[in-house]
This record gives sequence, C-alpha cells and structure tokens, in this order.
Amino acid sequence: MTLIDLANPTRFLALSARVLPWLAAATVIVLTIGLYQSATAPDDYQQGATVKIMFIHVPNAWLSMFVWGVMSIASLGTLVWRHPLADVAAKAAAPIGAAFTFLALLTGSLWGRPMWGTYWEWDARLTSVLILFLMYLGLMALWRAVDDPSRAARAAAVLTLVGAINLPIIKFSVDWWNTLHQPASVMRMGGSTLDKSFLIPLLVMAVAFTLLFVTLHIAAMRNEILRRRVRSLQMMQASQKAA
Amino acid sequence: MTMSLGPYASFIVTSYAAAALVVVILIGWIVLDYRSQTQRLRELDRSGVTRRSSRSAVDTP
Repeated sequence: MTLIDLANPTRFLALSARVLPWLAAATVIVLTIGLYQSATAPDDYQQGATVKIMFIHVPNAWLSMFVWGVMSIASLGTLVWRHPLADVAAKAAAPIGAAFTFLALLTGSLWGRPMWGTYWEWDARLTSVLILFLMYLGLMALWRAVDDPSRAARAAAVLTLVGAINLPIIKFSVDWWNTLHQPASVMRMGGSTLDKSFLIPLLVMAVAFTLLFVTLHIAAMRNEILRRRVRSLQMMQASQKAA
Repeated sequence: MTMSLGPYASFIVTSYAAAALVVVILIGWIVLDYRSQTQRLRELDRSGVTRRSSRSAVDTP
C-alpha cells in the first residue's frame, strides 16, 4: 500500500483500525517506563524534587508546537492539494494540541511558583505559548462557526499557516528577549546541558507523549471521517424526503 | 521504596494529577464521540439511507 492509497478515507479507516491497538499498547508501555524513570530520577541540586515536573512540562510544551506543525502541513494539503484527509487531520489535531498547550501552561505555572516565586510572568516565552493556546481555541471555534465544511477548511488552513509564525517566536523567544524562562537546554547548538539522569527520562516521556498524540490523533481522525459520513447521509436523507 | 518529594510535593503531585486528568478526559471524549457517530450511522442505516457505493452506513472498519 502506497501513501497515496491512504488518501481514501475508507482505506484510512481500515488501516487505522489495525494500527490503533498496537499504537495504544506502545503508548502504555513507553509511558509506564517513562513514569517509572521520572519517579526514580534523582533530585536536582538546585531545584530538588520539583525537577520531576520537567518530565511532563517539557513533552507537553514540545507537543504544543509539534501539533501546530502537523496542522500546518495538513493545511498546506488542504490549500494546495485539496487532499481529502488534510482538513480531517487538522481539525482532529486541534483539541489535542489545545490540551497539550493547556498542560504546558499549567505545569509550567506549577513549576514556576516554587522556582521563580510566581505562577505567571508576562515574559516572551509564556506569553507566546498563551497566544498559541488562544489560537487553538480560535481555530476550534472557527470550525464550529462555519456551516460549510469546505469554506471552514480553507479559512482554518489560512489561519493555521498564519499562526505558524508563532512557532519560531516561541522557540527563540528565550534567545531574542530577556525572559524569566530558562533558555533551551535540550535542543540547542552544542548538545544538551542536561545530565543523563534527567535527559533519558525526559526523552522517554517525550516519546511516550508523542505516541499518545499519534494514537489520539488517528482515533480522532476516524471520528471526524464518521461525522462527515453522518452529515452527508443526513443531507441525502433530507433531499430524498424533499423530492 | 518511599519517594520523598520535599516541601513542594503538592506542586509536583498536582502537575501529574492534572496531566492524568486531561489525558483521561481526551480519551473519554474520543471514545464517546466514536460511540455517538457509530450510533448515528446505525440509525441512518436502519432508516434505509445508504452510501452511494451502496455500502451500509455502518460499514466502518
């Protein structure tokens, strides 16, 4: 089966039904390993046990941007190639991305209070992530507000691509401005500054949350395909009654 | 083995609990949505509405 075959929603439903249980099992296994490693990781010499918040905060923060990146690629598929699954993929990803962004903000806030002495600071990193969260909510509202799915898809795709400008702003905000948030310590030139005892659990948790996203995204895409099938059948039923 | 979380244990526990709660809500929402859509497809199928391919409306792998 080639990638283009997946463009057919029925084939996607068939393939995803086979893949989903394996993905769910892999997510549970990697998440269990990651949680065990997070629980048994040593305390940081400065932060103490609060460093454990990093193991859920950072994967959620990465995914908040990664999901928008996935939606941006899907939006290109909607606008350029009019791929039948592109809008389905973008629409299904938005609530999941919003949830990860919310968790990044919440866990960051809960980490910030003991470390910085404040839950919130209007610095560039925190503010740009808050804007990302609001953009997710805005996109979800847009899909709900426009009745015609193809018009909603195009409008959402444009908004998603415009919103993608925020991704490098989030990433480099800690370098471009003087922020309370620490600079990058994993994905940086010259390698990670984290000790292996923290880096390994962090990477395992990042893989676990990425698997979680892929699993939930495929399941949500299946739901969205079924919703569109219901809609088209209801329209067919209404036109049959009218005739 | 007991795990000591120090003076900020409540912040750590709240973070993990919130993450677990949000993930459970996401999973629950997706499962309920799937049930809702398949139920609606079944109802359409019962009322005789079929897809243009003449497949049953509930023909979902």
